[in-house]
Amino acid sequence: MTNSIEELAQADVIFVIGSNTTEQHPLIGMRIVEAVRKNGAKLIVADPRKIRLSDFATIDVRLTPGTNLAFINGILNTIVTEGLANEEFIASRTEGYEEFKASVLKFTPEKVEELTGVPAATIREIARIYAKATNASIVYAMGITQHVTGTANVKALANLALITGQIGKEASGVNPLRGQNNVQGACDMGALPDVLPGYQKLSEEDVLNKFAQKWGQNFAHGKGLTVSKMMEEAAHGGIKALYVMGENPVLSDPDSSHVEEGLQNVELLVVQDIFMTETAKFAHVILPGASFIEKDGTFTNTERRVQRVRKALDPIGEAKPDWLILTELIKAFGYEASYTHPKDIMDEINQLVPSYGGITYERLENQGLQWPCPSVDHPGTKYLHKDKFSRGLGKFTPAVYRPAEEQVSEEYPFLLTTGRVQHHYHTGTMTRRSWALDREYPDGFIEINSEDGKALGIWNHSRVKVISARGEIEARAVLTDRIKQGVVFMTFHFGDSPVNKLTNRNLDPDVEIPELKVCAVRIEGVR
Amino acid sequence: MKKVLTTCGYCGCGCNFYLNINKGEIVGVTPKFDHPVSKGKLCIKGWQGFGFVRHRDRLKKPLIRNAAGEFEEASWEEAYKYVVNKLSNIKEKHGGNSIGFLSSARCTNEENYLLVKLARAVLDSNNIDHCARL
Ligand code: SF4
Repeated sequence: MTNSIEELAQADVIFVIGSNTTEQHPLIGMRIVEAVRKNGAKLIVADPRKIRLSDFATIDVRLTPGTNLAFINGILNTIVTEGLANEEFIASRTEGYEEFKASVLKFTPEKVEELTGVPAATIREIARIYAKATNASIVYAMGITQHVTGTANVKALANLALITGQIGKEASGVNPLRGQNNVQGACDMGALPDVLPGYQKLSEEDVLNKFAQKWGQNFAHGKGLTVSKMMEEAAHGGIKALYVMGENPVLSDPDSSHVEEGLQNVELLVVQDIFMTETAKFAHVILPGASFIEKDGTFTNTERRVQRVRKALDPIGEAKPDWLILTELIKAFGYEASYTHPKDIMDEINQLVPSYGGITYERLENQGLQWPCPSVDHPGTKYLHKDKFSRGLGKFTPAVYRPAEEQVSEEYPFLLTTGRVQHHYHTGTMTRRSWALDREYPDGFIEINSEDGKALGIWNHSRVKVISARGEIEARAVLTDRIKQGVVFMTFHFGDSPVNKLTNRNLDPDVEIPELKVCAVRIEGVR
Repeated sequence: MKKVLTTCGYCGCGCNFYLNINKGEIVGVTPKFDHPVSKGKLCIKGWQGFGFVRHRDRLKKPLIRNAAGEFEEASWEEAYKYVVNKLSNIKEKHGGNSIGFLSSARCTNEENYLLVKLARAVLDSNNIDHCARL
């Protein structure tokens, strides 16, 4: 996030797109509702479903999955043609405007209405509200990124903030909500194939020298494979061994049969986890780790706030905290690792990662710190890009449009989109075993528009088969008016309705994120 | 009873709360009233999401698959030895880049850092990622 969660309350316009905030980020969702109810903020919601936030929205739009890009371009077109652009901001803080301007002219609201089904007048109205706001914040999540145009979608939202100057000041900016509790931290720590910890470049001499002092001269500093590519290579024999820590790709990754094929094919699969997950069942060796309740460490939340995690219980049985397992394993390979507490690891991170330079356990004792925090006397950073962007001038990206890779057909006439519910977390390993949560949502379900349900001859709560070109699963039908006709919705929390048996492996060409939000399916009643 | 201040492990909001522990059991949750995100509130996962910790399905010992294809309990020493032998062999034969590492958005910063270090510094592999994209 470029802003802090607290700042959302001060925004006078909040534009939520591709984020079911009250379910995935409940306390941020609550902040948005507060901004509307207490401060009279205007809320714009765009989603394939009528989500809870829709009930508080000034303008609420049902988008067909896979048409975000056209929709955002339509808003940008209106801003250009109606003279709503912030010329002063564009002149002093951005570059590439003229080229961008030319590219967006063809996306007239009328044309976009054809592509998305959203009325041209609504698109114009949204553009005006957003551009004229004193402080406008954009909030988005996986609904924007899990598409073949994921990167282009994100850039289009950046264009929107740049053209109106709604960025780099209090309560305005572009705020991606990171899904799982520590996605931000995992990225910060370099659990990515193309950067070192702290997003430091693999090609920079100074950086490599610095790391060599702690990691030894010969550490690998090339660009590696993404998860999606690793799974593909596992199936094709390029990857011989996989070490999986606290992940469950069989349920979380697209096209599970393909993932299973890869896991079966490797010579060695090491799984470090707290439960016998669907993935662990394929392992050759399983190392029992500890949950966040049984260990010390830090998590970094979606607004870059690094906070302490504290051990409240001993690990169960002979299980060990994951940091200890890794420390002992590194030693077993004959390398030095003298960490006796996660604090020692943070000391090393302080020295190697500039943005975490001043984030020490002593300072985290009572409250968290937001990075960048380069030194121990630095107070942390509430919002990014205040006076300039990290790359200097903000760059406009020419507008493009590309539809979703997978489209409906006669055989598969419905568009399936995926998401989550508030009571469960990811593949449900923990929450499905927490009784008070599981009783609320005990089984896999599929939301179908009531009219579509009627046409299919399906009753509310009856069992249905959901079939895609990759596979088929069963689920309970939930008929509702909150979803667009022709679109159906499922979550991936449930091992007995594993929705990723259906999803496809089409990837965004830039960051290789899979198109999890769009897949064509057919629905049949089960007798 | 002891109260342990910690960060919720369920979503990117990062709410803080106290876990109330009595005789080695979680008996309740108290939100931190002055926390900048949660401000004394929590969602249902924060209030109720700890039941799994002592669930009977928890893995309690290292497991190694035997010749018959079944999991067998092992000591930590045996498990480490198994992993080190196999991975070293594979690295020797096919190079570090034949090994892939999946890190976790559920694990701590320190743990993510160490897995990156294990991959890049110890096993000479560039292939490290996690499911940020999923
Ligand atoms: S209590 Fe709920 S909103 Fe807060 S961090 Fe946990 S899961 Fe997220």
